[in-house]
Amino acid sequence: MRKMRLVLVGNGMAGVRALEELLKLAPDLYDITVFGAEPHPNYNRILLSPVLSGEQTLDQIVLNDLDWYAANGIALHVGKEVIEIDRRRRLVRAADGTEAEYDRLLLATGSNPVILPLPGAKLEGVITYRDIGDTQRMIEAASRHAHAVVIGGGLLGLEAANGLKARGMDVTVVHLMQWLMERQLDRTAGGLLQASLEKKGLKFRLAAQTKEIVAGESGRVAAVRLADGETLAAELVVMAVGIRPNTALAEKAGLHCPRGIAVNDTMQTFDPRIYAVGECVNHRGIAYGLVAPLFEMAKVCANHLAQFGIGRYTGSATSTKLKVTGIDLFSAGDFGGGEGTEEITLSDPVGGVYRKLVLRDDKLIGSVLYGDTVDGAYYFKLLREGRSVAEFRDRLMFGESNLGDTGHLGQNSAAAMTDEMEVCGCNGVCKGTIVRAIKDQGLFTLDDVRRHTKASSSCGSCTGLVEQLLMAVAGGDYSPPPKLKTMCGCTDRTHADARRAIRDHRLLSIDETMRFLEWRTPNGCASCRPALNYYLISTWPHEAKDDPQSRFINERAHANIQKDGTFSVVPRMWGGATSAGELRRIADVVDKYRIPTVKVTGGQRLDLLGVKKADLPGVWRDLGMPSGHAYAKALRTVKTCVGSEWCRFGVQDSTRMGQELERALWRMYAPHKVKLAVSGCPRNCAESGIKDVGVIGVESGWEIYVAGNGGIKTEVAQFLVKVKTGEEVLEHAGAFLQLYREEGWYLERTVHFVHRVGLDYAKQRVVADAAGRRALHERLLFSLEGEPDPWAERATGADRAQFEPLAAEPATV
Amino acid sequence: MEQWVRVCRTEDIPLLGARVVQRPGAIDVAVFRTAADRVLAVVDRCPHKGGPLSQGIVYGDRVACPLHNWSVELESGCAAAPDDGCVRTFPVRVEAGEVLIDLAGKVDALG
Repeated sequence: MRKMRLVLVGNGMAGVRALEELLKLAPDLYDITVFGAEPHPNYNRILLSPVLSGEQTLDQIVLNDLDWYAANGIALHVGKEVIEIDRRRRLVRAADGTEAEYDRLLLATGSNPVILPLPGAKLEGVITYRDIGDTQRMIEAASRHAHAVVIGGGLLGLEAANGLKARGMDVTVVHLMQWLMERQLDRTAGGLLQASLEKKGLKFRLAAQTKEIVAGESGRVAAVRLADGETLAAELVVMAVGIRPNTALAEKAGLHCPRGIAVNDTMQTFDPRIYAVGECVNHRGIAYGLVAPLFEMAKVCANHLAQFGIGRYTGSATSTKLKVTGIDLFSAGDFGGGEGTEEITLSDPVGGVYRKLVLRDDKLIGSVLYGDTVDGAYYFKLLREGRSVAEFRDRLMFGESNLGDTGHLGQNSAAAMTDEMEVCGCNGVCKGTIVRAIKDQGLFTLDDVRRHTKASSSCGSCTGLVEQLLMAVAGGDYSPPPKLKTMCGCTDRTHADARRAIRDHRLLSIDETMRFLEWRTPNGCASCRPALNYYLISTWPHEAKDDPQSRFINERAHANIQKDGTFSVVPRMWGGATSAGELRRIADVVDKYRIPTVKVTGGQRLDLLGVKKADLPGVWRDLGMPSGHAYAKALRTVKTCVGSEWCRFGVQDSTRMGQELERALWRMYAPHKVKLAVSGCPRNCAESGIKDVGVIGVESGWEIYVAGNGGIKTEVAQFLVKVKTGEEVLEHAGAFLQLYREEGWYLERTVHFVHRVGLDYAKQRVVADAAGRRALHERLLFSLEGEPDPWAERATGADRAQFEPLAAEPATV
Repeated sequence: MEQWVRVCRTEDIPLLGARVVQRPGAIDVAVFRTAADRVLAVVDRCPHKGGPLSQGIVYGDRVACPLHNWSVELESGCAAAPDDGCVRTFPVRVEAGEVLIDLAGKVDALG
């Protein structure tokens, strides 16, 4: 069968990105033809400014070289402008007569710079700033002429002015408005920016209107005359007063183009065979000029071109970062303030630092940062998520370093790090490696960096630093992913979507769930299958069937895999108490199976390390102790102090309380591992303050804390409730954990769960609503009812095959 | 020279799972069964840090190594990009439900 034909008009970042996404999804669906008006392969337009200023070369900013087109079988026509779409015959025609027929057409014609209709606007030496050609003309002019005027004090104008200054020209910026970059900055930040640029030698005429561009004797531009009569010498004039969607081709073809080619949420134009992405489109009334939204459009468009038919583009929040070396400036959202908004500002004019955060209803809606922008990514994330900042409003101004991700050495500012310093401690990735990968491979997203460098792909604690590096290197083009990220590459569904569908439609198996949610892959992958399996068994206990092949090896083999492929065995010791009989059996097992290492764990248990898989059933049988679940996303241990039975300070019997909790909760699977502790007095020797549920005995009862974590980043548990009796402890702890089991995302620890839903919500469900609490607790007890001890089952022969290697028996064929 | 051995019946390998075949004096072989009921065999050692691939989660025609989640294509024995490295694969035949492996078969990369 003949392949379908896809023609792309516009060989720029948005269009080619859509092709890349399409090739990932459906590499063989189309014969692809690309037309580009410029004589270059796809390059990173955003990095023209560093090229202009001489910090990068043209070769460095190419995103897809000619080999890429060839390798993907794409017919590329560079330097050929398409001038006609014949929608009836479904073909496009270029200025030189080249034709290409299409089944699907993708328009990515970008935008054109606005040219002011001034007298002299057509003179030689008057240019705009849009592409490689403009950049080369500016570089060339800078080598031969002395004076330049840039009309427009916005982002692009200032980058052009800075580049020309760096190439030795005397540059004046003429700006119509009261302060620079008025669409991104408030007056204060605009003033700071102007002062910094003046220090670099740029000159400004603000609130100034250009009246005329004057020719010299040679016919080339010689000066710019302002409305107030002043004349500025200029052999080069750059107009950077804005861009306008390039819709000439689409309009000529009869497509509806109200200030941009109108598209729906699937990036389809009024002609269903024609799609459009990038700066040329009008989506819900907005034409975007920044790269992050364009990439989001590209992804959605590719999905529909690939005939998957899922995913909608619903618009983007955007942020801006100025790419002028030595100036750090970040702006996002609605920073203007106004009715119903509150502003928090920090201003240090001498130190050159200014921060303004605009809030409405306890949510961040805008931010302007000047001088220190490392928290830009963090504020932008808060803004996009629309999360309430009420809980940490007092610290918000001091940024994420005050709250959030750090590297393993405690760094929180990627800018301050040297290239040799390690960002990702798990995979040993240094800053220099990440920066090089971002530049050389043209990476734009956190996932890209994870795939190519492995940084931030294991424990994730350095994610904040990697995002900062993306911000710094890829510029304002990088935007942190919105909070609702999809489960994995197999689907566009989120964890919330999957949980809801399983609950609302009573889905009982992984196959059924994947079919219902239109998974792209036949049987998922190593990230989504374990998640779905957990959602099924936690939503429909005793009904959904557990799928061992969708569990990580530890939960399949009921032991922890070690680096050499052997396993470790941690028998359960209730509340950390043991006996001579148990210790004797453990000692005998260690001898009998020649177990090389025995170690006391952080959770007060004994770990037998280096057990061969084939020996596991025998080890369990000889131990005669229940599984400690040290290998599972499940209740691990309840750590206890000695308590009032022996301790002269103890006010409650913490060991007994811990044992009761452990007996009630063991065999409880959860989104992630769950650790408890019970201390018998406020001295808190069991370290209850860093546990998922921490209980502290006081004279009059028990205090319960939740969502602590002693792991990657130490998080202090938060006070949930104080109760009088042990029964109440069991009910409250159980209800909280059931809430987490029902509503947490897979691999989300309680600290992140509570962070996401809010402590107030957890308190409402577990403390305030007594009937709801009892219902939660009952659902937990129902889930655990009849749940077997996995070791006891396997010690007596269940599931034998996985522990027995096969023998090879010679065969003749 | 070929060296065919009989190891088990197809149904002895769980769907989307694996079994381990021991070889005296050599590294184990992992035998996988995909959802489409294909049986594939590779050396049970991840090209990354030697993890036992037989213990990984199987999806499509790949397995995710249990140690660091490298994804290895079972047909070619090679890690999926951008990771890089291959393990040796073995020819497999299924005859009347019996799984046969040629332990001397094509040597692709590492033994």
